[in-house]
Amino acid sequence: MAKVGLVAGDADALCFCRSGGGAAVRCVFMFGVPSAERFGGRQSGTVARAKPCRNSRCDGGVPLRTAPIDGDGADCKGLLGRGDPENRRLGGGAAVIRTTRRTFLTGGAAALLPKPSLAQSKPRIIVVGGGFAGATCARALRRADPRLAVTLVEPNPIFTACPFSNSVIAGLRDIAAQHFHYDAIRGEGVAVLAEQATKVDPQARRVTLRGGSGLDYDRLVMAPGIAIRWDALSGYDEAAAAVMPHAWMAGDQTLLLHRQLEAMPDGGTVVISVPANPFRCPPGPYERASLIAYYLSKAKPHSKLIVLDAKDNFSKQRLFQDAWRQLYPELIEWVSLSSGGKVVSVDAKTRTLTTDFSSYKADVANVIPPQRAAGIAQIAGVADSTGWCPIDPATFESRLQPNIHVIGDAAIAGAVPKSAFAANAEAKMCAVAVRALLRGEAPPPMKLINTCYSLVAPDYGISIAGVYHPSGGQLADVEGAGGVSPIDAPAGFRALEAAYAQAWFQTITAETFG
Amino acid sequence: MARVLINLPQRAKRGDIMEIKTLIQHPMETGYRLDNKGVAIPRDIINRFTCTYNGDEVFQAELFPAISANPFLAFSTVATESGELVFSWTDDRGQTQTETRQITVE
Repeated sequence: MAKVGLVAGDADALCFCRSGGGAAVRCVFMFGVPSAERFGGRQSGTVARAKPCRNSRCDGGVPLRTAPIDGDGADCKGLLGRGDPENRRLGGGAAVIRTTRRTFLTGGAAALLPKPSLAQSKPRIIVVGGGFAGATCARALRRADPRLAVTLVEPNPIFTACPFSNSVIAGLRDIAAQHFHYDAIRGEGVAVLAEQATKVDPQARRVTLRGGSGLDYDRLVMAPGIAIRWDALSGYDEAAAAVMPHAWMAGDQTLLLHRQLEAMPDGGTVVISVPANPFRCPPGPYERASLIAYYLSKAKPHSKLIVLDAKDNFSKQRLFQDAWRQLYPELIEWVSLSSGGKVVSVDAKTRTLTTDFSSYKADVANVIPPQRAAGIAQIAGVADSTGWCPIDPATFESRLQPNIHVIGDAAIAGAVPKSAFAANAEAKMCAVAVRALLRGEAPPPMKLINTCYSLVAPDYGISIAGVYHPSGGQLADVEGAGGVSPIDAPAGFRALEAAYAQAWFQTITAETFG
Repeated sequence: MARVLINLPQRAKRGDIMEIKTLIQHPMETGYRLDNKGVAIPRDIINRFTCTYNGDEVFQAELFPAISANPFLAFSTVATESGELVFSWTDDRGQTQTETRQITVE
């Protein structure tokens, strides 16, 4: 496997850009025989206005290639057909390209390319979304094969991690500890664009960015995460979220809920509403309830915490409920679906949550609303009527659109929960599959692991682990694998798991962003 | 027998359409499941629900094994006069649980 760092960073990389809106000049091979369809599109096309530049983000334009400045990397070997069989395949692809370039590029445009045939030797992969799934996948692709031209499209320069954000809400952790940036990923040769993807055309294989410029791809990996369904809970819109925060996408909402808890007088009532499955981070609401209860027990011991739930069962339920009885007796009241816990409407003016059978007036209300895959997934046509994205369990390729893979919380991953750990694992599986598919190979069989730690108190951790494999068209549990923390364990065991949780966070964030 | 939840207005105007929501905590055992020894778990469901309003039946439902545990039923009726609504759930053993609520119609 090639070592990372063969390609110089963005500033030094020579690339070839064109302005947005022009016709596509794009790679027409996939390491194999080009399809007639792909050629067809090109032959009727016009040549894009092209200009060379020394930055991969020229006016938001498209980096058609990023090559090492010394020009002596894997690209050359591949194109010359030397080396291993994989490179010979590359050589075959390059021959196709030379033909098509003559057909398509005017002499002027071609002259601007120092090594025209090099330009399309790199399969282009775009990753949309720079969370745990997207950032991991972009990095894994580059590490697996430095010949891949990988572009990560993520509008936020700073990523705010959700795991451990419940500790921020409870005043146990600074939000700065949740912040990560993309410098290391950029340093490994991934082109990181601080842009919003606004459109995906699966037929043209093109992602449009805000501002109108476009990026062409051979394969697209979508890791857009979740969006709040503002239409799903009566009375809960974006204005209401400024009063009754969801805090389910870490950042300002996390801090808002923290400030509200701090401002609440002792003796107040905190209400958390929990949606039906599926949603991001299944144990998350209960960890949140635990840590808010911890805060209240220390700072505002006469307060009350009510959890209104649209479910009768939840992740690590027995462990959570045992711990609540032990640590926060009388403080937490959990109202299940069959006890009338499903919230059907909220009123931000009065901070009231209404269920089918009752109303609850809150001093602090945390409404975790129903969710769906983020908007770009709907626009790309990879989300179905559930709002989530059906995928092939072996490759994470969309069941609805070709050449697009969906990973992370947005995907319907069967038994696999929507967690950061799972996102990271799916991303690595997907990277292996994408690389294999680009080489015309069958992706190897893979298994996927997830572990979720939850803190019930700062020194009281519990966990659940699962192993999954493709089975019957879905990702299913591997029978007999995984499990949860023991029901009866001494305090030292819980403290150890709390320490493991911290270590897990350090490890996964270092692997993803560090 | 089981915990029930009922939501209807305590007061209504004559002619108003009132929404009534009910839920009974019940496993709704289908009869198709096997226990861990491979023996069929006997069917045990709520099979009938009725609501009467001052003696007149205003809503009734037959329930079947495909209906989920803790069946939730919502329906509406017209507020005609003050009086009593009686809700009844009957299970496979023939036991009936009855709940009564008063309403004032103005």
